[in-house]
Amino acid sequence: MLRSDALQTIYPNLEQHIVVTIMGAVAVELFTLGHRHNFFYLEHAMGLASSMGLGIALAMPNQKVIVLDGDGSLLMNLGTLSTMARYKPGNLLHIVFDNESLLSVGGFPTATATGTDLAGIARASGIPCVIEADTPESLKASVSEALASNVLTTIISKVEAVGPKSFHMDLPLLENRFQFKRALEKMRQ
Amino acid sequence: MAVSVTNSRLIYEALKACDVKIISALPETWLVHLIRMADEDPEMTLVRIAKEEEAIGISAGAYLAGVNSALLMQNHGFLAAINPIVSLALLYKIPLVMLISYRGHMGEKDPWQTQGGLATEPILHALNIPIWHLTGTADIYQRLKDAQVLAHAALHPVAVLLPRELMWED
Repeated sequence: MLRSDALQTIYPNLEQHIVVTIMGAVAVELFTLGHRHNFFYLEHAMGLASSMGLGIALAMPNQKVIVLDGDGSLLMNLGTLSTMARYKPGNLLHIVFDNESLLSVGGFPTATATGTDLAGIARASGIPCVIEADTPESLKASVSEALASNVLTTIISKVEAVGPKSFHMDLPLLENRFQFKRALEKMRQ
Repeated sequence: MAVSVTNSRLIYEALKACDVKIISALPETWLVHLIRMADEDPEMTLVRIAKEEEAIGISAGAYLAGVNSALLMQNHGFLAAINPIVSLALLYKIPLVMLISYRGHMGEKDPWQTQGGLATEPILHALNIPIWHLTGTADIYQRLKDAQVLAHAALHPVAVLLPRELMWED
């Protein structure tokens, strides 16, 4: 599955909710599908998109928060799975696109290319619902189910190590940060 | 010899008076009472993290969602969180109120704490992070409030160092 196809398929499920992405291909592809002020692209601090999502989910229990993570980022912060599992916010959905590669920095293989099983780690960490979805249709069904369920869910989706031609986004990161905070303020009301 | 319950209570009440709703923490000896107080308080969300890096993300998320938070960490935890402090909090102009137990400073008997103690203030200075030393009990609330006010006005992290004379009773 191409991540861009997966994102296009689930975009209607994402657009009304708070979304936090990691940097790189997933950020560019979501941005290209259609930027919204309730989307935040964490352009550095690898591994912390899920921690930010947890902070938002705990602070805004009445809103759904969706984190778009990647294998390289998650492997840099595996403790996040045990922390999320400890508090189990039902309004948090954690989607991991696993391309078995650090695509944006030369395509070097990550440990998932040599057998590390992120779904297994998530289950063993205590995430109450872990789903593996490797087609756009199964991903969309899993996302819909997770958003309706109010159960903390991690979805692991294997994708091809293919990204956009350019990583440029016409959105200065501070503009994104201030837009996003204002969007969340409106959603609190 | 014990961690001061009385002064931990003063710090905790000051955090409450600053409308802090989320506290992230990783256990350390000097912070045990503060963490217990947060855990026992139904109005407080205590997030027990696996590593201090996570706390920078959690507090950044809480801030963007409009909720006041504070971070309880040992100075070695601060050292463990340098990259996200730089590449999330400083990069994105996110205020953080970091309460840092100042191990390895004057009076430290544990040799393993001393290098972190020597490095703490120089690294805070290098990151241009303002520092309060909570040396006395009279002005704890005012100093925490002032730290929070500056963090939110400057959109920048601030450090409140919790020293031996406040946290430890010989």
